[in-house]
Amino acid sequence: MRAAIVLYVLLALLAVSLPWLGLYPVFLMKLLCFAMFACAYNLLLGFGRMLSFGHAAFFGFAAYVTSWLVTAHGAGPATAVLCGMAVAALLGAVIGGLAIRRRGIYFAMITLALGQLVYFVCLEAPFTGGENGLQGVPRGTLFGLLPLRSDRVMYYLVLAVFVAVFLFIRRVVHSPFGHVLRAIRENEARAISLGYDINRYKLLAFVLSAALSGLAGSLNSLVLGFATLSDVQQSTSGEVILMTLLGGTGTFFGPVVGAALVITLQEYLSDVVGGWVTAIIGVIFVACVLSFRRGIVGELEALRLRRTHRGAAGPAEPA
Amino acid sequence: MTLSRWTIALGAATLMAASPHAARAADSVVIGDIDDMSGVYADVEGAAGAEVINMAIADFGGTVLGRKITVLTADHQNKPDIGASKFREWADQQGLNLLLGGSNTGVNIAMAKVAAAKKVPFIVIGAGGASLTNEDCTAYSVHYVYDTTALANGTATAMVNAGNKTWFYLTADYAFGTQLQNAASKVVETRGGKNLGAVRVPLGAADFSSFLLQAQASGAQVLGLANAGTDFSNSLKAANEFGVTRTMKPAALLAFITDIHSLGLKTAQGLYLTTAWYWDLNDETRAFAKRFFAKVNRQPTMDQAGVYSAVLTYLKAVKAAGTTDSDKVMAQLKKDKINDMFTQGGYIRADGAMIHDMYVMQVKTPQESKYPWDYYRVVRKMSGAEAFGPITGLCPLAPK
Amino acid sequence: MSTILGIPVAVILGQLTLGLVNGSFYALLSLGLAVIFGLMGVVNFAHGAFYTLGAFAALLGLQYLGINYWVALLAAPLAVGLLGVLVERLLLRHLYGLDPLYGLLLTFGLALIVEGSLHQVFGASGQSYPVPESLAGVLNLHFMFLPLYRAWVILASVVVCFSTWFVIERTRLGATLRAATENAPLLQAFGVNVPLLVAATYGGGVALAALAGVLASPVVLVNSHMGTELVIVVFAVVVIGGMGSILGAIVSGLVLGVVEGFTKVLYPEASNIVVFVIMALVLILRPAGLFGRE
Repeated sequence: MRAAIVLYVLLALLAVSLPWLGLYPVFLMKLLCFAMFACAYNLLLGFGRMLSFGHAAFFGFAAYVTSWLVTAHGAGPATAVLCGMAVAALLGAVIGGLAIRRRGIYFAMITLALGQLVYFVCLEAPFTGGENGLQGVPRGTLFGLLPLRSDRVMYYLVLAVFVAVFLFIRRVVHSPFGHVLRAIRENEARAISLGYDINRYKLLAFVLSAALSGLAGSLNSLVLGFATLSDVQQSTSGEVILMTLLGGTGTFFGPVVGAALVITLQEYLSDVVGGWVTAIIGVIFVACVLSFRRGIVGELEALRLRRTHRGAAGPAEPA
Repeated sequence: MTLSRWTIALGAATLMAASPHAARAADSVVIGDIDDMSGVYADVEGAAGAEVINMAIADFGGTVLGRKITVLTADHQNKPDIGASKFREWADQQGLNLLLGGSNTGVNIAMAKVAAAKKVPFIVIGAGGASLTNEDCTAYSVHYVYDTTALANGTATAMVNAGNKTWFYLTADYAFGTQLQNAASKVVETRGGKNLGAVRVPLGAADFSSFLLQAQASGAQVLGLANAGTDFSNSLKAANEFGVTRTMKPAALLAFITDIHSLGLKTAQGLYLTTAWYWDLNDETRAFAKRFFAKVNRQPTMDQAGVYSAVLTYLKAVKAAGTTDSDKVMAQLKKDKINDMFTQGGYIRADGAMIHDMYVMQVKTPQESKYPWDYYRVVRKMSGAEAFGPITGLCPLAPK
Repeated sequence: MSTILGIPVAVILGQLTLGLVNGSFYALLSLGLAVIFGLMGVVNFAHGAFYTLGAFAALLGLQYLGINYWVALLAAPLAVGLLGVLVERLLLRHLYGLDPLYGLLLTFGLALIVEGSLHQVFGASGQSYPVPESLAGVLNLHFMFLPLYRAWVILASVVVCFSTWFVIERTRLGATLRAATENAPLLQAFGVNVPLLVAATYGGGVALAALAGVLASPVVLVNSHMGTELVIVVFAVVVIGGMGSILGAIVSGLVLGVVEGFTKVLYPEASNIVVFVIMALVLILRPAGLFGRE
């Protein structure tokens, strides 16, 4: 227990000092936003066992809403982000409501198609700026007190939000709601026979995941100063699945590690190998699915448990 | 879900390993080029354009103010977010002194905003949208080679004067296409023609058939192609395939010599187009073209020639100003006159537009063409003032 | 010019005809997907990638081996089909005992590999493939000029689709395939080599996608992304038709192509999303799909 606390503190210190160690704050913030996105996605995939293929819709649409509110209506950052989140939650309710009617593969395909629908809406809708996207989005002043123009100041804000989201997800998973969700994941028929309205639970999980994905997207648009079609594209949905799978579904740190790895790979691998990045990411994906299904953190957990002889088998295979 | 020590260590290690290098020491002058290297516009400037930068640096002498010159290139893949992010990263981390903007107006508008925020001189070569010197102007942007106003003033005027009065547009659905369509529409209307409508086509569309049907149904005399690059050549080919060109005359609102080359004179003959530069204009242009051809096996487009001139102009300005300080260099750039193989008597206006002569050309018939790449016949030369028009007042830096 | 709802009839008929051409592609591709899903329960996310591979096989075959269009029509699907068999044997086979979501994820990863590699090697802008000489003319349909080649596409797709349907629903081979979907172990007990059948089915479904790719090469530019957006629409088509239904896939594909064409005339901005909207409606009113059996 003490070891865990010490490690937490060290990690916090490290996170806080990163900008001063010469790391590029904008890169770090992008990483944190995608880590948030992956954690929100994991809530659905890892703990709820629902594979959504169109999650970029929530990430990207919230980004557009936030950017639009700031540029066209001069909204403050807090208001804009909260509105983005709210819209993402609403969108999640609609898409989730439709998708939950089916399970497993059908669920995945429906989310895929509806995610694509959101993409095309964003392409055509006048407020999104189509192919050009919304550009030059200023970060503004937080609550009228704290100017966010400095990359370092913005970094601490994003870090704070990330930690809050991370702890919130932990809380949700350990709550009674989280327990029921995991019960549904393990054995749906049993959960129904116990009297739980599983559709309500699934929908709530979906909406929560959508809202937090929206939060990540809104923050990301403020960090980078724009919202574009890349945010709602199918490839972004694929990326978040990869991050979660690679890091370890059903774990807490898994998505964070996965996001860090994928974003870093994309940023620096592309300098080395140019356009082969996509193909290489595909190879990693396939390797993961074939033999590395627990992901990095999942495998580490299994290793650790085996070493301490605390269980005959590792943790139950997620998803 | 207990915490794993390894995870934290791994996470931290990843982040540390991921650390981008700290800002490069400011001893070399850094020139960046962000362009479409693999997509719809890859042949207009692309990787060959990057070669040209090196040519210009070598011709200048290799160093400026005693400092080495470094060149960075990146592919924006026609995505504004990639272009803007790369520009910002170079400005923050690599000590960027000059950015050359490649094709795609949407991406360049995004990059212009970064130029203003980071105060880095930004010379737009490949993009056409005139808004870059109007609503989207900044104190650090220069629009060097051509813009949608000049294109419309050249091509649309020539066609309307030849009796083609009713127009229907096939427009690439982003900033460039829209601005080009608007500019052409204005010219058509001013000269007594009529605009019958337009259809918006996604950038890089694979199949133009249904859009062409709509164009044909309009009954217009002219099919205004408000697009460029492979979009232009493919829409023209499809128009032939579907018999649209039997009843409508195509207007090549933006065409490069590489497009004419890929279409072939049989398909492209008779087209009017407007260009800032042509390889076969005079001895100086031919000399540059010969060097380019030796490296790349194609004749240079006006954009590639523009890159050469822009880099030289910048380096000359840095030398004259005695510093790479952005404000001083921008002031110097707006004072200098540009006289090189690209243009004579060019100058940069308060709104950032580089005013220079433009040429209205007509594509030769296969019989008229006497040697490879002998594609254009000069119809007339437009002075810079006529081509780019007066200051509109939409840019706060250049009030009416 | 006669008009309906203020739109000239010629325009409507023209767009419907083009819609039928698109619908032919939808039908061919959803057929392949339905065959693979019906037998293997695998949602082949890589279907678009195999379509793209078929087109590139034709293009490269022409450029480097001088293979003409007609040979490519047979050779490309064969080559890609063999590749599909390899994929099934080496990769997919390992996932059969597990949650079907893994199959989906694997094929998703495969699609990334194929498309990423093609993009890197050939660039994002397309290359054109010439229309074969014998099909190079134009049909004057009075309401529009239809290139002869596109009429051929409609004909070829319809013939292939209905032949495949016939084989699966009305012949012994088809009956064997259908038996394998219902009870593979029992079928194996009867002496049928089920693993071979499964591999051949995946190869066959994928070959259909490649065939669509070859048919598409003279129509669209052959580029690394031609399959990506198309396959998502095809997924929606299959959901609308009913996941396991062969006839459903074919009919929905053709009909939805025409509906899309119609939308382009009436309300062009919605033409990209009309298929998804219809899918949403079908899910609410008839979740099993129009022809589905679940």
